[in-house]
Amino acid sequence: MSSNVTTAGEAPVYNTRVVKQFALMTVVWGIVGMLVGVILAAELIWPDLNMQLPWFHFGRLRPLHTNAVIFAFGGCALFASVYHVVQRTCHTPLFCNWLAGFTFWGWQAVILSAAITLPLGMTSAKEYAELEWPIDIAITLVWVSFAVVFFGTIVKRTTSHIYVANWFFGAFIIAVAVLHLGNSAAIPVTATKSYSAYAGTIDAMIQWWYGHNAVGFFLTAGFLGMMYYFVPKQAGRPVYSYRLSIVHFWALIAVYIWAGPHHLMYSALPDWAQSLGMVMSLILLAPSWGGMINGMMTLSGAWHKLRYDPTLRFLVVSLSFYGMSTFEGPMMAIKTVNALSHNTDWTIGHVHSGALGWVAMVSIGMLYHLIPVLYKRSQMYSIQLINLHFWLSTIGTVLYIASMWVNGIAQGLMWRAFNTDGTLTYSFAESIEASYPGYYVRLFGGVIFLSGMLIMAYNVWRTVRGDEPKQAASAEVQAA
Amino acid sequence: MDEGTLQGIGTILTMIAFFGVCWWAYSGDKKKDFDEAAQLPFSDEQESSQNEDK
Repeated sequence: MSSNVTTAGEAPVYNTRVVKQFALMTVVWGIVGMLVGVILAAELIWPDLNMQLPWFHFGRLRPLHTNAVIFAFGGCALFASVYHVVQRTCHTPLFCNWLAGFTFWGWQAVILSAAITLPLGMTSAKEYAELEWPIDIAITLVWVSFAVVFFGTIVKRTTSHIYVANWFFGAFIIAVAVLHLGNSAAIPVTATKSYSAYAGTIDAMIQWWYGHNAVGFFLTAGFLGMMYYFVPKQAGRPVYSYRLSIVHFWALIAVYIWAGPHHLMYSALPDWAQSLGMVMSLILLAPSWGGMINGMMTLSGAWHKLRYDPTLRFLVVSLSFYGMSTFEGPMMAIKTVNALSHNTDWTIGHVHSGALGWVAMVSIGMLYHLIPVLYKRSQMYSIQLINLHFWLSTIGTVLYIASMWVNGIAQGLMWRAFNTDGTLTYSFAESIEASYPGYYVRLFGGVIFLSGMLIMAYNVWRTVRGDEPKQAASAEVQAA
Repeated sequence: MDEGTLQGIGTILTMIAFFGVCWWAYSGDKKKDFDEAAQLPFSDEQESSQNEDK
């Protein structure tokens, strides 16, 4: 890590330290964030689990869950893969190692301060941007450092091309900076309280411009960059169509930014803005599926590898869930469908088909590829445990989203059922009563998914420790 | 200029941009560059075999 002099024929000495740090914290924060999610799912069945204490109230733990899984788990996964991929595909060590180290410790400090302030009730009440202004400033510092390290590495690359994964990473870093600065503009009142610089409908529109593009650039563009490196790498074949990757990159980043208004259907937002959001969301299906098809087709001629490589299976199934949720999303953005789905559990199901099925599973596949590379092991400690984890993740995700579909449609139909005299057929409490079976199934699915994460933690720990891989013999069978 | 004209101009400009990107990506002289770029994820594999760094 000390030398960054590259001579012809000699491999650069990559900075693996910061990649290892972020990779291991991805596992830790994944477990923490999903554990909070499981607790929340249980609180929705048994509200008394909050022990009548404000710090454990659903309303305070929910932003902790979303911040932990998106920014702590997803964020660390992105940092790890960005730093790994940019060095390897640019044939040069990271630009400015100490600054890369600062992004690690700075990001962990931001996560810890979120874990303290959110249960204490300090919040700006902006979804996915709840953290108060001093933490927002810290995020800005870390993010600018991240951009400097990333683009600095791109600038000093020794290759002539910039690999497509880095295009996605670059768009992700720039867009998230713009979104964070735009949405977090606020007037501080005290050290722990601020008010948004925007008011009323404009505040709502800025919030969902941010919120939807947090999905579009943090949870999509960033993870597509991950996909464009780790799927070819694990499949041992170059990406299906490099040309398609360019067209779908430009289409995706050009269209995503307009889709935010679909979160504000039938609100005070002007009709033209709602219609624009709906149309742009429908168009978004094309670039989304362009990426999904490109990833899937990378396996053409190598499908047999899915039979014995559970890591590759994680990556491919994550693409299936990506394709599914990017079909579901545009459909839910159609105003008449949204009239049924809005504010119901269907939305929660949709988010988790993206979050568990796509983001978490592609990150898990990335980790199972990356950990042996970083620690110079021939493979993970146990391939069988990866396989077990794969099935737990898949079953957990399917149970979660199926139960939320059923709940969401039931709630939507009950809320809009009228009697002939114009009164509501069902009270709100009756729709909750009807949701209980779904809540139990959701909790069960969540527990299954979380247990898979614990198995991954054990497998990663044994691999890092350097224990002999369990089935060295079966690897030979696989090779045959 | 009314809103409809603006929307029309926006649509045309977006279409030109989209077809421009497609034309650029699918033009024949780019093929060699793209094939090279697509191999970049694998280019560090020879390196690691010749240099067991750290």
